[in-house]
Amino acid sequence: MSGEIAEAFARAKARGEGALVAYAMAGDPDLARSVDVFAACVEGGADILEIGVAFSDPIADGPVIQAASERALKAGATLRRVLDEVVPAVRERCPQTPLVVMTYVNVVMALGEERYAKLARERGVAGTILPDLPPEESASIRAAFDKEGLALIPLCAPTTSPARAETIAKDARGFVYCVSVAGVTGMRSELPANLSERLELVRRFSPVPVVAGFGISTAEQAGVVGAHADGVVVGSAIVRAAQADGPAAARQVCAELKRGLKR
Amino acid sequence: MDTETAPGRFGRYGGRYVPETLVPAHLELEQAYAEARKDPAFDEQVSQVLREYVGRETPLTPARRLTELWGGAEVWLKREDLAHTGAHKINNTIGQVLLARRMGKKRIIAETGAGQHGVATATACALFGMPCEVFMGAVDVERQSLNVFRMKALGAKVTPVESGSRTLKDAMNEAMRTWVAQVEDTYYVIGSAAGPHPYPTIVRDFQSVIGREVRTQSLVAFGKLPDAIIACIGGGSNAIGILHPFIHDKDVRLVGVEAGGHGLSSGQHGASLTLGTEGVLHGSRSLVLQDENGQIIEAHSISAGLDYPGVGPELAHLAKTGRLEVRTATDDEALAAFYRVSRTEGILPALESSHAFARAEDLARELGKGKHLVINCSGRGDKDVATIAARGIPAAIGQEGA
Repeated sequence: MSGEIAEAFARAKARGEGALVAYAMAGDPDLARSVDVFAACVEGGADILEIGVAFSDPIADGPVIQAASERALKAGATLRRVLDEVVPAVRERCPQTPLVVMTYVNVVMALGEERYAKLARERGVAGTILPDLPPEESASIRAAFDKEGLALIPLCAPTTSPARAETIAKDARGFVYCVSVAGVTGMRSELPANLSERLELVRRFSPVPVVAGFGISTAEQAGVVGAHADGVVVGSAIVRAAQADGPAAARQVCAELKRGLKR
Repeated sequence: MDTETAPGRFGRYGGRYVPETLVPAHLELEQAYAEARKDPAFDEQVSQVLREYVGRETPLTPARRLTELWGGAEVWLKREDLAHTGAHKINNTIGQVLLARRMGKKRIIAETGAGQHGVATATACALFGMPCEVFMGAVDVERQSLNVFRMKALGAKVTPVESGSRTLKDAMNEAMRTWVAQVEDTYYVIGSAAGPHPYPTIVRDFQSVIGREVRTQSLVAFGKLPDAIIACIGGGSNAIGILHPFIHDKDVRLVGVEAGGHGLSSGQHGASLTLGTEGVLHGSRSLVLQDENGQIIEAHSISAGLDYPGVGPELAHLAKTGRLEVRTATDDEALAAFYRVSRTEGILPALESSHAFARAEDLARELGKGKHLVINCSGRGDKDVATIAARGIPAAIGQEGA
């Protein structure tokens, strides 16, 4: 279960690196080829894979991932098909890499919280991120996930108060996903100056690793942020590269980011 | 009076499903609104603007020719079309923009479908000197060009949204995404009694002025409460506004009319109370049009304001508990009703309101003579004339057309 996630962070740390959590959209451009993108990310050095499951109305995502969602939906990506076809195939090609699903709460509710938790664990998913599920609304999903040993990975934002960040961090499973900028997913040329303090604050309270995501696309940014976190999440840069030039480009982006994460 | 079972919850529905970045803003709004409600000066300020600027109260007009034509209940129209900007939407935007000012926010964003909420928000922003940006689906920008012009004339920036179905739901997504990035100094004015807590409560409270007036006016006009009230439902702000003050009056039938589009079996409609299933859209748990995988299905209605695959959580609760009777009217039925009301009463109703009129005919007959039916004429049809004219103007509409 989320032990796999802890081990992946520990392995990266032992090598003197921050962990790279690589996000790509399942089903973009189609189910089979998205498996190649995930595998390429791992070849490039990704320590954890975040498997995006498309939702028609992604309110936390920027234009790059939103467009990827539309392509994936057109290609027939559904949560059920991702669990049945993409996850097992990625698992087979990257047996060492923990898999985390990222989607929206409605997609999980439609399948059924308990049914999802059970299927996800059976297929080898270690955790799930639901960006529109704040802690106040998460009790029943969390109970269903805990029962199966599936980590509900919480998010923390720049607007989150220190007291609230403490509550979120203390209860975290898997890792804490610190949103680095107030905004949607996507690449940024600059990251906020006080990000390092926020990361340190969350790390003080969190029993699990803390990663930063949103807006990170270069090795340099990964290096700066990675110095204050256990790792970084990169999505839009990988999705854009894969869309433009296929899996090899995604591998290259990951390799580049990994260089930035060496300490 | 409340159907809220917990803050922001209406039975199973409601809640606040938003990115963590927005949670603090919602908590801040919830608190600011609770404080404003306790402050009689705020209430008076809102009432004063509604009186002096919006033109409230709006009349309760007897529809004598419709009454005669339909041959059933006595028909009365709540004339929200006579409110400034031509629809009920202004009741809410005045309230929310005053709330935003009270909170010290510097700019306003909003989403709009038919453009009525966008115009109402732009108007309130002009009145109080606040910068305003309105997100509108590109399809709606095209079919509601009059309202786009009005918003721009009022000084608002109109941003067409090209993603998804390019209608109201996508405009709402884009407004939320923009808000996530500018949450510190920006206030998001939601136009329907939908969205994350506390919006469904805030919008309902500001719109309830409609129903409160109907209570008083009907006692004066015909000496009792209406036997039934009917309103159209997209997101549901005019409906909850006129119906909410009557929820506990068991003898008053509350009826909502959803967009039947090309017909319920066509799959192209906006009937989320009738055919929707439980889900989370735009930050709220309610009844939504979705496929078995939880993907939102694009709604269809000839009326841009009803072209929405969700509905406010309180209406979902009222419908599920049976307090609200839900019916539907197709595009064609709404069009026929538009002409009928225009030609019998000299009132061009909005296409949204025309849905309520379409089913009001059956309801009036069902109720029978001696009963009183109030129809919420939620907006005027001027904005829709291009859409309607494009279909060709019929020479006569049934028996009264001559």
